[in-house]
Amino acid sequence: MENEVKKHKSISYAKWGYIFIAPFFIVYIVFQLIPLLSTFYYSFFESYRVGTQTVGPNFVGFENYASLFAPDRSGTILIFKYLGNTMIMWILGAVPQLLFSLVLAVIYTSSRLKIKGQRFFKTVMYMPNLIMAAAFAMLFFQLFGNIGPINQIISSNGGETVQFFNQVWTARGIIAFINFLMWFGNTTILLMAGIMGIDQSLFEAAEIDGATSWQVFWKITMPLLAPIMVYVIITSLIGGLQMYDVPQIIGYSTGAPGGSTMTLIMYLNNYLNGPSRNLGMSGALSVMIFIITGVLSVIVYKSMVTNPDKPKKTKKGAK
Amino acid sequence: MAVNKLTETKGYKAKTIGIRALAYLFLAFVTLLALFPLILLIINSTHTHTSLSAGFHILPGAAFGKNFLKAWNDTSMFTIPRGMLNSLFVAATSCILTSYFSAMTAYGIHVYEFKLKKFAFNFILIIMTIPTQVSAVGFIQLLRKFNMMNTYWGLILPAIAAPSVFFYMKQYIESSMPLEVIEAARVDGSNEFRTFNAIALPMLKPALAVQLIFAFVASWNNFFTPAMVLSSSKRWTLPIMISVLRTNLQSQTGDLGEVYMMILLSIIPVVIVYFFISKHIVQGVALGAVKG
Repeated sequence: MENEVKKHKSISYAKWGYIFIAPFFIVYIVFQLIPLLSTFYYSFFESYRVGTQTVGPNFVGFENYASLFAPDRSGTILIFKYLGNTMIMWILGAVPQLLFSLVLAVIYTSSRLKIKGQRFFKTVMYMPNLIMAAAFAMLFFQLFGNIGPINQIISSNGGETVQFFNQVWTARGIIAFINFLMWFGNTTILLMAGIMGIDQSLFEAAEIDGATSWQVFWKITMPLLAPIMVYVIITSLIGGLQMYDVPQIIGYSTGAPGGSTMTLIMYLNNYLNGPSRNLGMSGALSVMIFIITGVLSVIVYKSMVTNPDKPKKTKKGAK
Repeated sequence: MAVNKLTETKGYKAKTIGIRALAYLFLAFVTLLALFPLILLIINSTHTHTSLSAGFHILPGAAFGKNFLKAWNDTSMFTIPRGMLNSLFVAATSCILTSYFSAMTAYGIHVYEFKLKKFAFNFILIIMTIPTQVSAVGFIQLLRKFNMMNTYWGLILPAIAAPSVFFYMKQYIESSMPLEVIEAARVDGSNEFRTFNAIALPMLKPALAVQLIFAFVASWNNFFTPAMVLSSSKRWTLPIMISVLRTNLQSQTGDLGEVYMMILLSIIPVVIVYFFISKHIVQGVALGAVKG
């Protein structure tokens, strides 16, 4: 009798587990998983518009993939060009961001410097992350415009107007700078949390041994921060691959100048929401983006699983 | 203590003061960098179009009210107050759904023992990094089939399934909710839903607050999906409106003071809210990091 009650109890609670997770899974399956699978499905079909006429959907096998990797009239393979653009703009923003954040995180956590007013500094530095990327982009588009304040300063000093958005590297640089400005506060907080997670006794031991700050940074902080650095870099890379809002507004849907600021997601958007509404091509492109981020996600997953153990192991080793 | 004595030599102290000065200088520079766009935006929104075209300004002008009224009452392409209402509606509903259902899912996986528990958890972990954009093709087709294009359903309903918010909630519940509390509630005859709503949710308040804010801001700033889904300008959210301004600026037909004011209006609600609750946000980011 008692056994029966127990059995009954556990069964009824299991039921509640399913009930509690049901809304999440139902919504995920309907609005994300099914669309994801049908995106894959569409990638094997020819389906687009010419004017008011609709072509397809006709099954074409891997034809969409073939045309995705086919060179255009000038001999460039667009998907590689746009992947390259995305990566270049990500690196231009991410490298200075990482250096800045690392310096800031060390300054904040330094027991030697004992920085005051930390809450104020952190609050201000994190703020750009919450500002609408579209608004940020619009503001910079205006600031660096041909008649914008920056050019007004240049011309009032006798310089010639710089067409920032008509030159490849200034346009890319401005996009990268906006990304840098929006994300360095976030990275700083993550790295700080990482540094504060390091066993304080290691720093004390190093101090007793007479290590300089420089040695402490390279021999203790950096190696023990490595797992969280990997995490930060890879999540930033995945975010970078999704770059859209800022270049879309600065470079418009053409990725001006000359497609040099066109990112992968902008390319996808052009196929999907452009006049051709090319479901087949945008499907194939989505699959490629999915594969690229999928590979990176596996690395993130692995680094997340090993993250909590790594510092502990090294700690033991140090002792 | 012995350690400190060793390092408290005169040279060491002087060096520390020097480095500290440099550090504060660097912090001041970074603070200025972070504030510069906002300050410039505020200053420029107080100048008239003619004054903005004439040169660069460091001091605010007197046209704030004029620009505000113009931006507020302009109906030529869209109406800003309407956009603010639309954005507010979408962001408020989706952030409530995201936070509530993420907590519910995390609670379900944490508290109950069931066959697919491990699978469900790993599944969510795996889908966490899939960008929403890669399912856009199917998503749009689905909305067409459901007759949900140009409505807010496609922006609000999917908010129920937010893998990364779930993950945050799960970590928080693990560290802060003893199962004994739930057992005690059961003994008292509380049913499972009531236990979750009346006992578990209040315990999750700090995590809920952080995620409510993050989800609100994410939705408020979201550009990609709304731009695909919403076609009529009456239903546009703010980011779409801001992006439309570019066309105007390119052709140099717009009133600059008004443009700056519109950009300011689109970000100012978030900035104001942020400065009231920034402490929790900065802590929240750090919390996610330690766990991640």
